[in-house]
Formats: sequence, structure tokens, C-alpha cells
Amino acid sequence: MATAAIVGSGNIGTDLMYKLLRSPDVEPRWMIGVDPESEGLRRASELGLETSAEGVDWLLARPELPDIVFEATSAYVHVRNAPKYRAAGIRAVDLTPAARGPFVVPPANLLEHIDEMNVNMVTCGGQATIPMVYAVSRVVGGVDYAEIVATVSSASAGPGTRQNIDEFTRTTAKAVEVIGGATRGKAIIILNPAEPPLMMRDTIYCSIPLDADLDAIERSVNEVAAEVATYVPGYHLVADPQFDVPFGDTGRGRVAVFVEVEGAGDFLPPYAGNLDIMTAAATKVGNEIAKRLAVKETV
Amino acid sequence: MPATPSTHSRTYSDQLDVRVTDTSLRDGSHAKRHRFTEDDVRAVVRALDDAGMPVIEVTHGDGLGGSSFNYGFSLTDERVLMKAAVDEARNAKIAALMLPGLGVKDDIAAAHDLGVSVIRIATHCTEADISEQHFAMSRELGLETVGFLMMAHTIPPDALAAQARIMADAGCQCVYVVDSAGAMILDDVTDRVAAVVSELGDDAQTGFHGHENLSLSLANTILAIRAGAVQVDGSTRRFGAGSGNTSCEALAAVADRLGIRTGLDVLKMIDVAEDVVRPIMDGECVLDRLAIVMGYAGVYSSFLKHAYRAAERYDVSGADILIECGRQGLVGGQEDQIIQIASQLATTGA
Repeated sequence: MATAAIVGSGNIGTDLMYKLLRSPDVEPRWMIGVDPESEGLRRASELGLETSAEGVDWLLARPELPDIVFEATSAYVHVRNAPKYRAAGIRAVDLTPAARGPFVVPPANLLEHIDEMNVNMVTCGGQATIPMVYAVSRVVGGVDYAEIVATVSSASAGPGTRQNIDEFTRTTAKAVEVIGGATRGKAIIILNPAEPPLMMRDTIYCSIPLDADLDAIERSVNEVAAEVATYVPGYHLVADPQFDVPFGDTGRGRVAVFVEVEGAGDFLPPYAGNLDIMTAAATKVGNEIAKRLAVKETV
Repeated sequence: MPATPSTHSRTYSDQLDVRVTDTSLRDGSHAKRHRFTEDDVRAVVRALDDAGMPVIEVTHGDGLGGSSFNYGFSLTDERVLMKAAVDEARNAKIAALMLPGLGVKDDIAAAHDLGVSVIRIATHCTEADISEQHFAMSRELGLETVGFLMMAHTIPPDALAAQARIMADAGCQCVYVVDSAGAMILDDVTDRVAAVVSELGDDAQTGFHGHENLSLSLANTILAIRAGAVQVDGSTRRFGAGSGNTSCEALAAVADRLGIRTGLDVLKMIDVAEDVVRPIMDGECVLDRLAIVMGYAGVYSSFLKHAYRAAERYDVSGADILIECGRQGLVGGQEDQIIQIASQLATTGA
């Protein structure tokens, strides 16, 4: 088993801990925060992880270093930490929108960058929507424009998301292009304060050619949604893909895909599917990295 | 302009009791399905400027970066429209709207470079903290800042005042109570504006933006002014989302009668509405079935055209769509859910 440290003891880091504790390939051994009173550190300690509120430098001064570090702080913090992990030879899975390493969205490119020292998990909205852009894109040979709308409950958006909302939209839009296969991508995030909190909702719009094979698009969307559901069980389509061909006077067609993400309820309640999809995707990537590291050790 | 001295304790400036911002070229963008031409913008800005309108807002209806599948694509790039407005305005300031989560800081910088001098940053009324970075950078650029707390009818006055404080502390110079759904009824406005005024004191001004969905926008606007708002919005010919906004020309007339100094030339405003703005509208903004449903169910006004379109596309009732939007507690920006709701109503046969 590969050993892992979780850096960041907020919503994401704590939820990730529960996922990693169930992983057959990764053993979470450390959790690092900055606030000794944090709920995340308290829970980690109870579950047998070694914890510290003294930041990353404490971790890097341990006699034994982790094989993998999962960064669940903020984009600004990861920009500072990334070179330290690299210098120490530790693999980094970055759950912030810092985008220092290549983007990974499991159904689209799980193994493509698996040997990189630093990979980036885009954003929660990206993990929920880019698989659908990819599903449409692979059928029509690349879409010229894709737009995603991610709506999350206010209760599930922590201070990191709120302070980094521009980074969220920019990083997601970029990954819609690079991983989704869209020539141009756009991302919109909306916070909804309804009580009880609503599940994460995502809408994915893709521009498609007038002669696109609509049945093939629908099949592809269903296939990829099922694949995402293997690691995020609460991921599902809430309606059939809606086709408008042609779309107005644009000379193109449009498909709209509607997704809901129900979380596993590990740390925050099930409405926070945005947390789950991020931590579940990161766990999947961590598992693959661990398998590669194990192969290397035996060679 | 009336020479009557001000009877108000809170005034916008020595010259104006209240400063009006015309939003027909922004909120009207919804009613026009975002199909403004450069000529439309030039004609309206020239005429409003001549009638004494102090601020004219020009942007896609959903703000900077709003051109999209979700909200509708702009016929003309909004940067072309903003530049045309800046060119035409001699005295009026040109304003732009932006919603964090849709627009980004680069959009604000671009608007500033085009000569836009007032930035209006809008969030849902419980989410003010997502605007902090945008207020900070706007002030650094030297932009005048306005904050919009949208759907303000959904939370009580003290909660709204607490959100206004977040914006003011982030650098917002005037926080607006925004009745996006046209759902506020008289005292609702007085209580909310008074709470925000009391919270902000001299740290920032208070404003009010109304919609006509329950036929109260002008009365609500006057009550907002009486409660201490020193900036208010209107749209000439009520050109805006839902059944439109507070009529600028009627506001000019009523304010004049009440001795509230707006700087607007009443007769010129009446002419601009009839001769310049009406001809570019696709139709009047009317108080029809769906508009009243929006006010009654408390639904974001710009959902109106989307609900009409989805009702037609899926052959379901537009009123049912809007009532479901209200029931689900949708906030501004969630136009995508209208399609989903309509397709579901069509399948369930509701």
C-alpha cells in the first residue's frame, strides 16, 4: 500500500479521509492543518491518523515521508507547496484549482498523466460536468463550444470556494477545453441557499453539428454517466439529453445534459455531492498512482 | 429642475436628493433577448444623456460574460455596446453589471479600459462574500462601486443588512436592495431599506432596484427613497425583465411633484420613452399572466422569456413552470433548470 498525507483539514480534506480509509491501495497516515481546533484534525486523530496543525513543513520534517500527498487547501497555498513536494519526491494530487500539473478527469484521461509528479483535479464542477462534455465530444469529433452550469448548495461552499470563485470559473472553463475536447469552454457557478440544501445540480450544454448522430450522443452520455457512477454512486442523469437541432438561427444544434450528484454523506450530508465527486475522483486517481508505484517497486 | 430645497435628511449630493440609474440597456436586454445593436445603444444613451440621466447601465442582461447558451447569446459583443455608450455620453456615467461566478475580474478590467466608470456587482442576497475580491480590484482600478443583493425579498431585513455590511467592508460604495422578482410589497421595501441604511450609516449608501410584476415598482421606489435610499434604478418605458422595471419617466414626474430632486427633465424623459426607447423594444413590458405569477411566486424576473420559450417548446403551462421554479427556491442564474422543469412537466403530463 502507498502511504498518503492529506494536507488541509477542511470539508474536502476531511471527506477525502473517509474515502481513502476505504481504499485498498492507499493508506492515509497523516492529516495536516493550520487550526488545532479544526473538526477535521479531531476526527483524523480519532481515526488513528497522525495529525499536526503546523503545516506542511512539519510533514516534510518527518523521518518517513508519504508516497502521495493530497492537497486540499487553497489554490494559493498549493502554489507555495507544490515545489516542496516535488523536491521531496512526493507525488501530489491537487484538489485545489491551482492547476500546477495536468488536469485529470477519470473517464476522459485517468491514466494519461499517471506518472507525473503533480496532477490537478480541476474543480468539483469540472469533475461533474467534463465527463459529459467528453461523452458528446468523442461522438462528434470535438465540440466547438461547451458550457457548464454548476449549482451547489450554499452550505457546501466553504470559504475556499467563495474566495476563489474566479479561479473556479477559469480553471473549469480551461479544463472543459483541454479534457472535454471543446474548442471553447465556459463555466458558470451558482450558489443556492435553499433549505433543506439542494443536491449539486449540473447542466452541460454542447454545440453539435446539424447532422450529428443524436442516438450515438445519447448512448455515449449514458455510458459515461454509468462510468462516473462506479466511483460516485450518487451521480445520475435527471432527464434524457435534450436536443435542439437546429438551435435558433445559429446554424448549429445544441444538446443539454442534466446531472444531479448525491453525495455519500461521509463528512457533509448527501446534498454536498460537489464534495464527493471531487474526493471520489481524487481517490480513484490516488489508487491508480499507488498501483503504479507498487509495480515500480517490484521491478 | 425644481428649485425647492431638499426636505430629505439623506441626500445623494448637494445637488441631487436621489441619483437615478437607467437600466433599460441592461435589464431591457432580457426583454430584447439580448439582441441590441450598436445603433440602439447610441440612440438611447444620447437621448437619456440629454434628458439629464446621471448613470446609464449597458451590459448583457446577466452582466459581463452573460452571452451564453444558458442566458442567451448577445447579438452584438457587449464590449462594442459599452464602448458605443461611452462614446455617446457627455455627462452621464456608464455602468456595467457583473455577477461573480459568471463574469470574472478580467471582464471588470476590460469594462474599465473601455471607459465604464461604475461597476455594479451582484450576488444572491445571502452570498455577498463571493464578491469581495471583485470589489477590492474595482476600487483599485478607481471604479465607482455598487453592490446588488438580489432576490432581497427572500430574507428578513436584519439578515439583509448583515450581507450589506459584507459588501461595504469589501469596498462597495452603495448597496442596493434588489427586488429581482418584483415580489416586495410596500412595507417590505421600507423595512429592508431602513435596515440597510441603519447598518451602513455613513460607510456606504443604500439603493433600490424594483420590478413591476405586482404593479408596485414606482410606489416601492418612493418608499425606498423615504426610507433613506439615495440611489434608485429605473428603466425608461419600463424596458426590463418580467413586466419591466420602475418607469424612469414616471419616476421623474412623481419625484418632481414630491420635491425630490433627481436632475431629470420630466418632459424630455417622457419624449425619450415614447420616441427613442419604445421603437427599439420588441413589445411593451406588460403586466400579463406570467409576470404576475413571477411576482406572486417570487421568481427571478429574467426567467420570464425563458419560461415562455420552454412552455412553447415542451407544450406545457408557463405558469406551472414558474410556480415550480418558486417552489424549488431557484435563484438568479439558474435558467438551465427551466428546461429541465419543462421537460419533466411534459413527461409527467402535469
